[in-house]
Amino acid sequence: MSWHRKHLLDIESLSAAEIGTVLDTARAFKAVGERLIKKVPALRGKTVVNLFIEPSTRTRISFELAAQRLSADIVNFSADASSFKKGETLKDTARNLEALNADFIIIRHSASGAAHFLSRVLNAHVINAGDGAHEHPTQALLDAFTIRERKGKIAGLNVTILGDILYSRVARSNIWALTKLGANVTLCGPSTLVPKTFEQMGCRVTHDMEDAIREADIINLLRIQHERQRKTMFPGIGEYTTLFGLTQARLALTKPDALIMHPGPINRGVEIDSEIADSSRSLILEQVTNGLAVRMAVLFLVNGGKGPQEVAGN
Amino acid sequence: MSESCVILNASAIQRALTRIAHEIAERNENGAAVVLVGVPEIGDVLAQKLSVILSEIWRLPVPVGILDVTMHRDDLDQRLAPRVHPTVIPFDVTGKTVVLVDDVLFSGRTTRAAMDALNDFGRPKKIQLAVLIDRGHRDLPIKADFVGKNVPTALTEKVRVRLDLPGREDEVVLEK
Repeated sequence: MSWHRKHLLDIESLSAAEIGTVLDTARAFKAVGERLIKKVPALRGKTVVNLFIEPSTRTRISFELAAQRLSADIVNFSADASSFKKGETLKDTARNLEALNADFIIIRHSASGAAHFLSRVLNAHVINAGDGAHEHPTQALLDAFTIRERKGKIAGLNVTILGDILYSRVARSNIWALTKLGANVTLCGPSTLVPKTFEQMGCRVTHDMEDAIREADIINLLRIQHERQRKTMFPGIGEYTTLFGLTQARLALTKPDALIMHPGPINRGVEIDSEIADSSRSLILEQVTNGLAVRMAVLFLVNGGKGPQEVAGN
Repeated sequence: MSESCVILNASAIQRALTRIAHEIAERNENGAAVVLVGVPEIGDVLAQKLSVILSEIWRLPVPVGILDVTMHRDDLDQRLAPRVHPTVIPFDVTGKTVVLVDDVLFSGRTTRAAMDALNDFGRPKKIQLAVLIDRGHRDLPIKADFVGKNVPTALTEKVRVRLDLPGREDEVVLEK
């Protein structure tokens, strides 16, 4: 058991033991979601602000439900309907929210480092819900949780991450988490979107789809992020599907117990065949369920940290 | 290394549990209405041991649940986030007599949290409390129904219960 952090900003700075603590804690919180009364009073009286300066549905709702199940009050704040449109800076917006006694700020922003920046200017707990192409730590934690739950372990597994790696914060956070936990990570996609430089993060890089999936225990498909693409980097949807789409024919090449993951939202018929997405080998909806448990665990863990680990428990 | 002395050895723990089981049986005539719910990390092990003894007395299985109370604690702001254990209560507590089982009764705050947590699972007819050690110093108006041993302690002392550890005898130790 080890958790001494006030914020969750990235996976890069976490130790394997800290990641393990989140996953163990999330196990208990997953069980809360299966009860008749899905609410515990752990964060009663606390205020959580979802500061989403970039559109998101599932992450925002997941954090919102997580906070509610911990009995916190939650305020949703989106860029369109806010004073950002009137020219207020991120720092001023965040400090205004803090002046309303927000205890937690969950931030999604298009600029890498936005969460780190807020953690330096605020007293509140800051949780990174995705910053530019940098990191999306809770996604990596929920992916690791899902893999561990289904495979019983992470160390030694072959995990292939497929798609737009270059612009993907999900990929970066996943690479950090999985390599720290001892998995063998393979990256695959068009060479423009999967540069060899990623080998420096301890991964294998290939541009041959069949080579990437043949030995994989887990295949994590990423969405093509049209909003982050520059035209020159991307071959076009048709060509991408032909070369890198997970079709039934390609699935037949994989190990029979290989499982398919996707952070969503999925583009059916582009990166994944529609039937595969709905098959028993797809963990896509389990990821959503587990995401809620992991986010409850993260809120619960960062809330502590003001005293000694062991209080006279007995 | 701090000074420590053994309060209960393995056989004394076993005798205490046997006595507690008989007291539970004496208090509750209808064994079929009784369920045991242990508070981790030690209370769940004790509950399991009590269930074995009670099953022999009543000649029927006595269900055991595990109740994590950390999410209901009142000191979450004042400490690092505690270890959270999965709660497993594979039966309906509504209408049952729930015997809460914990290793050490001290401030009473864990028991208070446990009663709150239990309410999320239903409405027990009765809640009773069984503890291996009562060390005094209550902060809340809470009293155990079944006690293995009363141990007067100083606030600075610690009571450690060691059960089912590999290569170690079961024992209860008072550390000064």
